[in-house]
Amino acid sequence: MSRRVLLIEDEPNIAEAIRFLLTREGWQVETHADGADALQVIQGASPDLVILDVMLPGKNGMEILRELRTLEDMQGLPVLMLTARGQSRDREMAENAGVSRFMTKPFSNTEMLTAVRDLHAQATQS
Amino acid sequence: MATLNVLILVCLGYVVLLFGVAFAADRMAAAGKGAWLRSPLIYTLSLSIYCTAWTFYGAVGNAARSGLEFVTIYLGPTLVMISWWWGLRKLVRVARSQRVTSIADLISSRYGKSNTLAIGVTILAVLGGTPYIALQLQSITLSFSIFAEADPSGLYRQGASVFWVAAGLAVFAILFGTRNLDANERHHGVVTAIALESVVKLFALLAVGIFVVWGVAGGIGPMMERIDASEIGQWNVDAGRWTTFIFLSAAAFVCLPRMFQVMVVENADEGHLRTAAWAFPLYLLLMSLFVVPIAVVGLDLLPEGSNPDLFVLTVPLSQGNDWLAMLSFIGGFSSATSMVIVTAMALSTMVSNHVVMPIWLNTQEGAGWVSGDVRSVILISRRVSIAVVMALGYYYYRLSGGGAALASIGLVAFAGISQILPALVGGLFWRGATRTGALVGLSVGFLLWIYTLLLPGMGGVLMTETVLQNGPFGIGWLRPQALFGIAGMDPIVHTVMWSLSLNTVAFCVASLLSFPSPLERLQGAQFVHVFDHSVALRGWTGSVAQSEDLMIMTQRIMGAGPAQEFFQAEAEKQGGRSSLPEPTPAFLERLERELSGSVGAATAHAMIGQIVGGSSVSVEDLLAVADESAQLLEYSSQLEAKSTELSRTARQLREANTKLTQISEQKDSFLSQVSHELRTPMTSIRAFSEIMRDSDGLSGEEQTRYAAIIHDEALRLTRLLDDLLDLSVLESGRVNLNMGGDTLRSVLDRAVSSALAGSNQTLAVRRSKASERISLHTDLDRLGQVFINLISNARKYCDADDPVLTISAHDVGGQLVVDFADNGSGIPPEARSMVFEKFARVGGDKAGGAGLGLAICREIMQRLGGEITYLPGQGGAAFRVRLPLAYQQAAQ
Repeated sequence: MSRRVLLIEDEPNIAEAIRFLLTREGWQVETHADGADALQVIQGASPDLVILDVMLPGKNGMEILRELRTLEDMQGLPVLMLTARGQSRDREMAENAGVSRFMTKPFSNTEMLTAVRDLHAQATQS
Repeated sequence: MATLNVLILVCLGYVVLLFGVAFAADRMAAAGKGAWLRSPLIYTLSLSIYCTAWTFYGAVGNAARSGLEFVTIYLGPTLVMISWWWGLRKLVRVARSQRVTSIADLISSRYGKSNTLAIGVTILAVLGGTPYIALQLQSITLSFSIFAEADPSGLYRQGASVFWVAAGLAVFAILFGTRNLDANERHHGVVTAIALESVVKLFALLAVGIFVVWGVAGGIGPMMERIDASEIGQWNVDAGRWTTFIFLSAAAFVCLPRMFQVMVVENADEGHLRTAAWAFPLYLLLMSLFVVPIAVVGLDLLPEGSNPDLFVLTVPLSQGNDWLAMLSFIGGFSSATSMVIVTAMALSTMVSNHVVMPIWLNTQEGAGWVSGDVRSVILISRRVSIAVVMALGYYYYRLSGGGAALASIGLVAFAGISQILPALVGGLFWRGATRTGALVGLSVGFLLWIYTLLLPGMGGVLMTETVLQNGPFGIGWLRPQALFGIAGMDPIVHTVMWSLSLNTVAFCVASLLSFPSPLERLQGAQFVHVFDHSVALRGWTGSVAQSEDLMIMTQRIMGAGPAQEFFQAEAEKQGGRSSLPEPTPAFLERLERELSGSVGAATAHAMIGQIVGGSSVSVEDLLAVADESAQLLEYSSQLEAKSTELSRTARQLREANTKLTQISEQKDSFLSQVSHELRTPMTSIRAFSEIMRDSDGLSGEEQTRYAAIIHDEALRLTRLLDDLLDLSVLESGRVNLNMGGDTLRSVLDRAVSSALAGSNQTLAVRRSKASERISLHTDLDRLGQVFINLISNARKYCDADDPVLTISAHDVGGQLVVDFADNGSGIPPEARSMVFEKFARVGGDKAGGAGLGLAICREIMQRLGGEITYLPGQGGAAFRVRLPLAYQQAAQ
């Protein structure tokens, strides 16, 4: 059984770091750098987990999440959101949009990996 | 034969009676009783002041000398009363609404309150009035002398008697003529006394007439035969003299100061004129009824050379009827005293108001109005004026020696006073009449009257016989009694014709040629259209209805509570029969004072006047109200200005607030973006440094790669911080420019090599080096920084296969223009306005910039006094840099 994560992040260096970490954990990592067609990519890939950046070219991560949650079969998809803006208002907005976990950049690698593990465990249990 | 002593006693008794009547009438009027005091009958009788001693004695004398001509003196007023009473009504209405105190006041008021005119009319009236007063004194003296001749005691001294008569009359006039100041309050006492006197003189003349017809001639039939037989009976009419005399007496009836006093100033009700219109001519008819019989009988009975002016006295005396003679004497005495008293009153009002008071006020420099003693000053001034007028009359009598015939003095005075007529009638009916016109007309008439009638009449004192015969300096057509060579006329007719016609012509011409002042215009309208905007005077009737109106008005102004308290207190002061006070003058005065505290003096006066006075608002009132309104207006416009200022301040505050909010939002957004730009490289740095720390099995290649990433991101952080600091310095304006001189070409050379150094991307730069030989004097490093930025952007963002940047330079009217255009796809139109904003990045391409470059460029160009703009329509992305070549210190 392979666990698949879709990473939507426009900063190539950050994407590379996360890919390195998750691949080592046994995840199959797909990356995408554009916000405009992110929704279609998620639908097409149907991953086990999505890591979503907020500041994306084309379309904002918040909007992508909000639209994602309106789709019928996407209610339970775990979404870990990453933001570099780090204001409490962003956290509220993300929670309202239906985020599973919200993390502020820069994060520690352990923290990020724990979050992914937790989210995956919750998703497989339910 | 009645002795002189008896006569003097009778005279004194009669005077005491007059005093008593006047005093009682004043008391009754003050108590608000005695409605008959204001009856049309009293008014009509008071008008008979027109019949002075001149008419009483002189008419008979005139008839004895010139036949029926004496009738003209009665016909003039009769015609006025019957056919022109509506004109008199207008005069009364105007005088009432303007609170006019004399004819001088009326004329002055009509022509823009001109005191010059008032003084002119006053002088004319005094000049005309003085001989007239002298005439009355003379008649009293003459009549005294008739009795004195028969008196054996020889006590009588003519001069002393005249003095005492004059002094007594002055005292009477002072006592009853100057008790009140306000022209609106009529002199009830004087008017009643005059009415009594007119009854006395009519009764006396009728008694003498009846005695002559039935007692001497023996009935109507024999009387008529006697008249037919005498010369007087001949119907011998000189049309010129008749017309002139009728016109003259009519004019004098309207213009004489004493007539104006009783007819206009003392008028209590316009309706009285209606009664007077028939009753007064009837009185005149009765007065003239027995003139011819007395004259005829007198000529028959008395010896040749008897003074016909005294027939009224001498005929009864010659028949031994002493008591009738005594009655006749009292009649003549009545005529003289009433005329003198009223004339003195009227003249003194004019002299005091238009001559004395202006002089006194000038010397006081206005201080007198503040202190309360003006009232007493006016009273003293009037009293002194009365004494002066009487003294003038007395001395005129002493100087002239009392020789001239009574009738001629009267006519001279008539001719003088008639000069007012054109200005008066013109002022009432012609809006075009002006002050200048009135002044010129009056002066012309006045001077002609003096020159052609007054001076020649004084007999050689002021005008020599030579002048009369040959004219002044021998100029024939200027002969006083034959102007323009028209000789052979009766002197009176001559004077009246020339003076009044030239007066009228001068008045009309000067009026047409001059422009009235605004006040004259207003007054003109008020006078001519007086019936359109004034209410008929119904007399002062203290009704409760007025009090109610006053109460309602006061409540509106002061509020219900204070108004009721005030009225209650006033009613209690008056004796408290009703809850509302009677509108007595004292109460009205207090009310006006009370109200003026709220609405201003002028307005309060006008408001009370509207309710109580029945008088229309005068121009002075209107102007005063306008003054107050103007002050209010100014105050409200000040308020308005303040409110405008306030709302402007509020708007400015709102704008400042909006701006602050915007700045705050911009700051938040900026901080949020800075946070993002800092956190992003730090995320990579942290992630890879943790990987390198925690992961043992990294290959050498991986280690090198990750360390390079950490290095790049650290550099990115440094650049970002450098840019932020740079921008902050530029934006704060604290940047120090390092000025230097070089050519554009070398600046561009350095920029291109710096921007393309250490880069493996190929960007061809096309330049036309010939056009770059432009000398610059500016901060070369900063300008170079802008150029580097633009070239770097082209290198980073130009998406063409063979990227080419074209740099072209021009000198356009003293301005350096450098265009940078690449051959890429350019910046989409919707993003063009954003490219110079901080952290604005077009597209998703992360070429290592934080999006501050163009913002910094814009700031630099501003500091250098130039600008950088996006240049559309060049195919790819294109920017234009402008810089003034003649460097000026840029705005800080």
